[in-house]
Amino acid sequence: MTVRDGLCADRVSRTLGGRLVLDGVSLAPSAGATVGLLGPNGSGKSTLLRLLAGVLAPTAGVVTLDGDLLDDVGRRAVARRIAVVEQHTDTQVPLTVLDVVRLGRIPHRKTWLPASAEDDEAVRDALEHAGLTDKVDRRWQTLSGGERQRVQIARALAQRPRELLLDEPTNHLDIQHQFDLLNLLVGLPVTTVVALHDLNLAAMYCDQLVVLDQGRVVAGGSPEDVLTEELIERVYGVRAVVTREPEGHPHVRFVRAAAPSRPGATVQ
Amino acid sequence: MSVEALTRRSRLPLVLLGGFAALAVSIAVAITIGPANIRVGDVWASVAARLGFGESGLSTIRDGIVWNLRLPRTLLAAVCGAGLAVCGAIMQSLLRNPLADPFVLGVSSGASTGAVLVVVLGVGGGVLSLSAGAFLGALVSFAFVLLLSHTLGGTTDRVVLSGVAVMQLFSALTSFIVLTSADAETTRGVLFWLLGSLSNAGWAEVGTCLAVLVATLLVCGGYARSLDAFAFGEDAAATLGVAVARTRLILLCATALLTAVLVSSAGAIGFVGLVLPHAARALAGPNHARLLPVTALAGAVFLVWVDTLARTVLDPQEVPVGVVTALIGVPAFVLILYRARGAR
Repeated sequence: MTVRDGLCADRVSRTLGGRLVLDGVSLAPSAGATVGLLGPNGSGKSTLLRLLAGVLAPTAGVVTLDGDLLDDVGRRAVARRIAVVEQHTDTQVPLTVLDVVRLGRIPHRKTWLPASAEDDEAVRDALEHAGLTDKVDRRWQTLSGGERQRVQIARALAQRPRELLLDEPTNHLDIQHQFDLLNLLVGLPVTTVVALHDLNLAAMYCDQLVVLDQGRVVAGGSPEDVLTEELIERVYGVRAVVTREPEGHPHVRFVRAAAPSRPGATVQ
Repeated sequence: MSVEALTRRSRLPLVLLGGFAALAVSIAVAITIGPANIRVGDVWASVAARLGFGESGLSTIRDGIVWNLRLPRTLLAAVCGAGLAVCGAIMQSLLRNPLADPFVLGVSSGASTGAVLVVVLGVGGGVLSLSAGAFLGALVSFAFVLLLSHTLGGTTDRVVLSGVAVMQLFSALTSFIVLTSADAETTRGVLFWLLGSLSNAGWAEVGTCLAVLVATLLVCGGYARSLDAFAFGEDAAATLGVAVARTRLILLCATALLTAVLVSSAGAIGFVGLVLPHAARALAGPNHARLLPVTALAGAVFLVWVDTLARTVLDPQEVPVGVVTALIGVPAFVLILYRARGAR
């Protein structure tokens, strides 16, 4: 096997509580791309992200960073390369936006020493990227769901990662905030792997899509190649009509399932 | 952008300087208060003489009261206050539980069982002192909590639940031994110790407790940033490069060891470890590099004054210091929570 740059999962499997949650999944996002992870609930998206982050170890297969096993790279070094935004985060600690974003510098800072100029610069850049410069003194507890996601993304950016992993970051956001957040993500100069529920958002914003079903990769490639009527019916069990938008990406329109017909009843 | 917020430099050295000054003044005043009627100037002159400045104008007995009773007792109060408060702050952050305190790992109840075994049942055959018994009991119960929480999965909620279970077990054991075997006099002595008391303070206790306190502060200070990272939970801490399992084990062991040493010298002084961290957070904010030293100083000043109150308010009778910490601590606790309510 040749040494691959960046973050790479090679035939990873994982059992949780005796159940095989991931079954031989490989993923090798190209540098700078935005990769969308799709699949129904329980298909293994979150578990795959946790393996990629090194929070969970695979039961089989390997996750590598520039060809080195995550375990060999070391926790702190991994945290300087890979940042993670979880699906739902909360804290009891009365932190300000600035406090939270500064957490992103922890893997870079030395014990006992105060924050360096580089730390401050990374925090300032992250706040600017996420459009939070006027909210630095706001308390975490007073923020809306969309603002909290933004703050977590700013914290992740303060880590100055080259890989960014996000688990359904648009959950519970209204449609405008979903667009804002994805616009922010695709504009970032990092390799992004993002688990998404909404097929059309994925089609609009991702360079590549990977579809998981019951722990296996059932499709992968460009949105046009992946999002077909046949695949949607097979994976999600719903009928859909897929058309091509003028911008080039596919658009998915779900078709309401027909009511089950009663035998013997005829419609005139 | 409020660039000021970013470039705002820490006023920590100033805060610490103020804290140390407040502590020094508190100690200096506290040692002048007591049943033996010694003039303020004489007290200070006596201490100064011991430190090699000038001469003490006091008789040997009165000099002894200042140097061998009041000063070590006040210093032990400061050390215990600092240690219990810091342990509480670390436990609350590590376990993400605002109700955690140094005794959440069952250390205090284990210590009391150990002490009661020595005092009431004569375990150790006179070789084992009461504080050594308490220390061993604390270690046994903590080992029990670690083992139990590890068996149950090792997550923080399991640690808390195991601590509560072990605490109940050892408390029941202590009550059982006291009720079935002790006479009234011993029961009274044991009770006094269970509630916490600084009346047995000597220089040896001060030395041991201070040494362990300093060592623990140095170890935990190195983990200040890891503790910050726990704000959003263990997975979030892991993605920030914190070795979660190792950090948790080291911090649990360090705080349990310090608590065990403090409890075996001064009994289970309650409420300091629960309340003071919350008060210090209101003062110093959530960052542990600031929070831990401020908590230590606040706890030290607090317990110096509470102990002074405990030994003078019903003079010549002494109130267990743990009773006074609770009597003062509960309203203070309510006030802090009430004032923090708006910030949520």
